[in-house]
Amino acid sequence: MKKLSKIYNALIFIFLYAPILVLIVFSFNDSKSRVVWQGFTTRWYGELFQDKVIMESLLTTLEVAVLSALFATIIGTLAAVGIYSMNRKLRKTMLAVNNIPMVNPEIVTGVSLMLVFVFVFRATGMLQMGFGTLLLSHITFNIPYVVLQVMPKLRQMDRHMYEAALDLGCSPRRAFFRVVLPEILPGVVTGALMAFTLSLDDFVISLFTSGSTAQTLSVTIYAMTKKRVSPKINALSTLLFGAVLLLLIIVNLRQMRDMKKQKKHG
Amino acid sequence: MENEIIRLQNIAVSFDGERVLDDLSLSIRDGEFVTLLGPSGCGKTTTLRIIGGFVTPDAGDVFFDGKRVNDLPAHKRRVNTIFQRYALFPHLNVYENVAFGMRVQKKKNAEIRQTVERMLELVNLKGFEKRGVGTLSGGQQQRVAIARALANNPSVLLLDEPLSALDLKLRKDMQGELKNIQKSLGITFLYVTHDQEEALSLSDTIVVMDGGRIQQIGSPQDIYNEPENAFVADFIGESNILDGIMHEDYLVEFFGRRFKCLDAGFGPREPVDVVIRPEDIDIVEPEKGHLTGTVTSVTFKGVHYETIVDFKGFKWMIQTTDFHGEGSVIGIVLNPEDIHIMKKSAYSGQFGDYSSYSEEFDEMADPDIDLTQEDGGGEEE
Repeated sequence: MKKLSKIYNALIFIFLYAPILVLIVFSFNDSKSRVVWQGFTTRWYGELFQDKVIMESLLTTLEVAVLSALFATIIGTLAAVGIYSMNRKLRKTMLAVNNIPMVNPEIVTGVSLMLVFVFVFRATGMLQMGFGTLLLSHITFNIPYVVLQVMPKLRQMDRHMYEAALDLGCSPRRAFFRVVLPEILPGVVTGALMAFTLSLDDFVISLFTSGSTAQTLSVTIYAMTKKRVSPKINALSTLLFGAVLLLLIIVNLRQMRDMKKQKKHG
Repeated sequence: MENEIIRLQNIAVSFDGERVLDDLSLSIRDGEFVTLLGPSGCGKTTTLRIIGGFVTPDAGDVFFDGKRVNDLPAHKRRVNTIFQRYALFPHLNVYENVAFGMRVQKKKNAEIRQTVERMLELVNLKGFEKRGVGTLSGGQQQRVAIARALANNPSVLLLDEPLSALDLKLRKDMQGELKNIQKSLGITFLYVTHDQEEALSLSDTIVVMDGGRIQQIGSPQDIYNEPENAFVADFIGESNILDGIMHEDYLVEFFGRRFKCLDAGFGPREPVDVVIRPEDIDIVEPEKGHLTGTVTSVTFKGVHYETIVDFKGFKWMIQTTDFHGEGSVIGIVLNPEDIHIMKKSAYSGQFGDYSSYSEEFDEMADPDIDLTQEDGGGEEE
């Protein structure tokens, strides 16, 4: 039985990771062929960094990831504080509303955001598809994840701590920055990292909201596969995979450390 | 009132449509140790939070030094609070916790250091400056909370069940220290507790509350010896409460027998509640007693025996140093000073009969014994 379950496990992992493994291996293949191995090379990585289109979309991707993570973190943290101080019924409702975008199919989010942008552009002449709309849509889908990371930190906090700060003479704003924020900071940072990762990772929503002037890496890769197939795509995808994997590991380590800390404090 | 520092006038508060405080008025003198005493849900913490500025009353006024402060936010009030679970700031060490209020006020560093040292000395925590608050025991955290509040030099200190999370021995020690601190600094303490012993031993004035109303205000002696109604008599100490009829001044009838007492001012043949404290009852030979009864249970309590005695179906508690075994017949003598007469109230008949008495049951029925915090919204109390 034990042996069987081990084999089963191995099969699952092979199915899950074989495609990525093939991708990584062939990104080092010294041939344009995607079937035959002809020796090790880092040529495709070199070419990748020479490619203007790719470098431009890398820059766009990073800009969008940093900015959307920043804004989503600020908005999401404030939203979490607001939701936390609501009464129980309203809070439950708000959290449910917060969860819907996360389970909503990405394509629905993407198409609906696109429709909104097109509508606003037609009506007012503002918000032409481009970097702005891309950033707005990334902020939008990141906010719920930040709220979800900050909320448990607020719950763990002693409810009277904020009042104690007021009691000792802090104005409400000051009490937030001096007492509440340091307490929930681990959640805020994890939320920001998660937002950054999700933004890097996103393809579907970016495809619908980026227009032709600003393209993220994933959209560029998609466009490249339609024209001619270059091993550069393998190299690029490998790098993207590595970056997202690294970030996810960091987020998970932080959450694990947090859980340990909590256990220690009973 | 002379040197009055805080006055609450006709305060009413409801949470989610539930009345928590009902037309409450209270005056507190400068330098007094005042205790709000009552079972959980009686509105005592809410009263404290109104004074602290954390709850806005639906109706009524709050005065500090004769000035109305209803609209003054918490951070501008000259009171400081010690919260039930200390609410220390975990990201700061002991020194910075105590210095917090002064840093907000932008005091000079030298002054802050001096005050922090003085405060830590006051609460016996010298040398703990650099320690993180997470590494301290419950009692030490409590001391930091006291030092932090006092460092702001408040004119009134509000204490919300400050000792309830400590074990019994530590609680007794801290009670003494709190009283000493209050005396030496001469500031007003407003103390919330459900522990009647704590209230009796600490307070200058006790305010007994139940159901969002004040039941009685008085010195510990007044509250114990002259309870206003059956609730107060039962909540403070143990009481046998019987139905009686006042025949004339200083003469009361119960159990078909007339007794001399020290109370006057009731109507002719007015029905009253009669309170007899278990420690005031003298046990004698059955034939010499005013009343005779049968012992139904005896519990050894160390200092005395807690003896439950059946008098014509009504069970009394008697605390005595003499042992009378179960089933033995005894007589009791009641002197006029042992008998206290109260007017009938809404609480009459609810308390003071020990027929169903058992300590376990008492503890089960007391929600304050288990203080595990409930997660989630809503107001406390």
